[in-house]
Amino acid sequence: MYKLLLCWRYLRTRYIALASIISVMLGVATMIVVNSVMSGFATEMQNRIHGILSDVVLEVRSLDGMADADWHMEQIRRVAGEAIQGMTPTVVVPAMLSFRHSDQWITRQVQLIGIDETTQSQVSDFGKYLQHPENRRAMSFQLREGGYDTRDHQGGPEAKERPQMKRAGWEHRRLMAEVQAFNRMMAQQASPGGAPDSAGPDGAASPPADERPATNLVDPFAAVQRPRQEPVFDPARQQHTGAVLGIVMASFRRPTGEDSFLILPGDDVKLTFPTAGTPPKIATDEFTVVDFYECKMAEYDSSFVFVPIRKLQELRGMIDPATGMGMFKSIQIKLKPGVDGDAVRDKLAEAFPRSLYEVQTWRDRQGALLAAVQMETAILNVLLFLIIAVSGFGILAIFFMIVVEKTRDIGVLKSLGASGSGIMGIFLSYGLSLGLVGSGVGLALGLVFVDHINDIAAVLGKITGKPVFDPSIYYFYRIPTIKDPWTIAWIVSGAIAIAVLASVLPALRAALLHPVEALRYE
Amino acid sequence: MNDDLARMFARPSGTFRPSVLIRSRAAGGGSRSEPRPTEDGVSSRPHVAPDAADPQSRPAANSGELEETLHASLREGGDRPARLDTPGAVPEDRTAATSLPRTAHAMPPASNDYQLEAVGLAKSYRKASVEIPVLRDVHLAVRRGEFLAIVGQSGSGKSTLLHLLGTLDAPDAGSLFFEGQRIDNLPAADRDRLRNHCFGMIFQFYHLLPELTTLENVLTPLMIGKSVWGFLRRRRAYRRAAERLLALVGLSHRLKHRPRELSGGEMQRAAIARALITGPDVLLADEPTGNLDRATGQEILELLCSLNRQENLTIVMVTHDLAIAERADRMVRLVDGQIEDC
Repeated sequence: MYKLLLCWRYLRTRYIALASIISVMLGVATMIVVNSVMSGFATEMQNRIHGILSDVVLEVRSLDGMADADWHMEQIRRVAGEAIQGMTPTVVVPAMLSFRHSDQWITRQVQLIGIDETTQSQVSDFGKYLQHPENRRAMSFQLREGGYDTRDHQGGPEAKERPQMKRAGWEHRRLMAEVQAFNRMMAQQASPGGAPDSAGPDGAASPPADERPATNLVDPFAAVQRPRQEPVFDPARQQHTGAVLGIVMASFRRPTGEDSFLILPGDDVKLTFPTAGTPPKIATDEFTVVDFYECKMAEYDSSFVFVPIRKLQELRGMIDPATGMGMFKSIQIKLKPGVDGDAVRDKLAEAFPRSLYEVQTWRDRQGALLAAVQMETAILNVLLFLIIAVSGFGILAIFFMIVVEKTRDIGVLKSLGASGSGIMGIFLSYGLSLGLVGSGVGLALGLVFVDHINDIAAVLGKITGKPVFDPSIYYFYRIPTIKDPWTIAWIVSGAIAIAVLASVLPALRAALLHPVEALRYE
Repeated sequence: MNDDLARMFARPSGTFRPSVLIRSRAAGGGSRSEPRPTEDGVSSRPHVAPDAADPQSRPAANSGELEETLHASLREGGDRPARLDTPGAVPEDRTAATSLPRTAHAMPPASNDYQLEAVGLAKSYRKASVEIPVLRDVHLAVRRGEFLAIVGQSGSGKSTLLHLLGTLDAPDAGSLFFEGQRIDNLPAADRDRLRNHCFGMIFQFYHLLPELTTLENVLTPLMIGKSVWGFLRRRRAYRRAAERLLALVGLSHRLKHRPRELSGGEMQRAAIARALITGPDVLLADEPTGNLDRATGQEILELLCSLNRQENLTIVMVTHDLAIAERADRMVRLVDGQIEDC
């Protein structure tokens, strides 16, 4: 009882000891903030990656693909049917994307993915990331008249307006067709008879579907270049095969968080990719952008281009002329909720020869990235915990001073019959209560900080004039945070343990004091 | 003050032993109607609060009650089932113990009359490599109920002797007996319990704990001796006992004061109350008046004398002041580390 009483009184009368636990407090608060932000990022990222990728992917090693997706899906169902919710075949091929922006051709390296638009949304969150509300409900590669989102529907209240998207769709396409027709007319008027010169470079660089005259102007080259093309392609009324572009390759984000679009749904792009067979040849075709794909993972948003799988199979020569059956590159598998992806992967890896197929879970595919984030979190935790450990030495020093100061009292207590362990108990419980106070205040501080982290970031950004959290770098508008109660419990108990451990040595010294010497201590 | 105390300690029979008290209570419970021992062992008799505003009028009014207080508080300390629980320890009932044949000791057995007996105690301090003998072959026997004064010059080893008697320190040679039981070689836990239950100590510099109030300081030995639960369960009774003891030493108006708000005499009286709260058998006083002016010192001395006379409390007091030592029943002199009778 006297231990508790004295411990309480020491706590009340010695505020200098509270100073020694400020670093404990700060350490705890920082650790909570860092862990919340890191796990917020990691979880957000995992969710997105998981949403983008299907649970398990069966991939053919050859770029040429493998015939008969239906037979494969049947086999997969036979091996692990009870765990499978949905499947879809895809063709994945590296490609070049070219589009025209202010009289310049911009070319990007992309991952061209042929998908079955009806089943793709069943195996991943593909549909959720599109910009047209109708497409989110039911994906279609047909260009919509209009009605694309003018604000990022995933961005929350911070999302900035995207005014350019207002005219996306057929409206934009018609406008662009008119502009091009007008430009062509102007060019022809400027150099009558010199049409080959003026159209030459343009025409040579791109046999343009979109630059063909939409009006009834006479173009001698139209007949020469496409003698058999009847009827004439009218860009104001017709579209090429639809393509969904990752939003990052079509736009750039200003530091203010606003997006500027280089092209819009309704514009045409060219895709260049290798055909199947050895050696691969180059195939190029035109596509019309029908929507943007925005999964908030810059890596994917800047490289994914989705086109209908059938069209891609045709263009790459992946269709067996005899049967009309297309080849596939991979099969995306969606598992039922709660099913262990690793088990399914192992089962499938058993069933399909490894030399021809590769089976991976979404974690395997993004393992390096996830591991990197985990590593970062672990290192930060070690460093921050060292801060708390260092503060343990501060507690140790102050406790030693308190023990020296209290030497006579310790002697008195011993003369009154207090045991060594009892004296030790005073200082251990003193350390414990300091740890409790320190980590308690740190806990409150950390939680408040995490709750208001975006406001704090905004204020800091204003003060320093540099945004702390640059939305043009991170594709989140807010700093994502997750407060994991277990992590917090570990941090707090670790800090308390350090405070107690730091008080062990002084407490031991107090316990071992000789009562007579302690009583004589001046 | 002296007369007041004398009156307040006035009691019919001379012998006062906690165990005797319990027995006589149990047997003659009818003789006194009011004080029935509760399960706590503290009198359930309603306590008439002493007039705190006028301490002078306090003691005379209720001498019987104050006597009761001491009984209660002493009996509280006497309630010690495992006091000497070493193998071959004397039975708990000390009246019976005195009649039992003494267990054989290596040292010559002490007489049964002696409550505290030192046989051939020696102690030396080591400073660097030089050994400085402080006590050599000290023989000292204290009778039950005796007021013994040990005088000696500064540095003669008086305090060291007192610390040895109080088992705060271990002698280099010799042995110490309490109630016929050797105590200097007991395990540390038993010695701690012994100090808590059987010895009360007061010091020249009072040694009250500065963080605690007077009342809490007095309660400290009980807090040490009991478990947290045991203390909290009976805290009301303990608090009452402490308040009565503080009233007895004339400090009932200083319950909530911190030691630094008390005068020297008040602090020493609080220290005496603290020493008495567990109902010890022996009070060890280390220059209790050494830091006080003459009048205050006299008051303290009177208090000790009356405790000794009325409660039959054994007191061993160390002092360098012959005038003070003369108030004791017996006086011995510590010269060159040895005891000389005066």
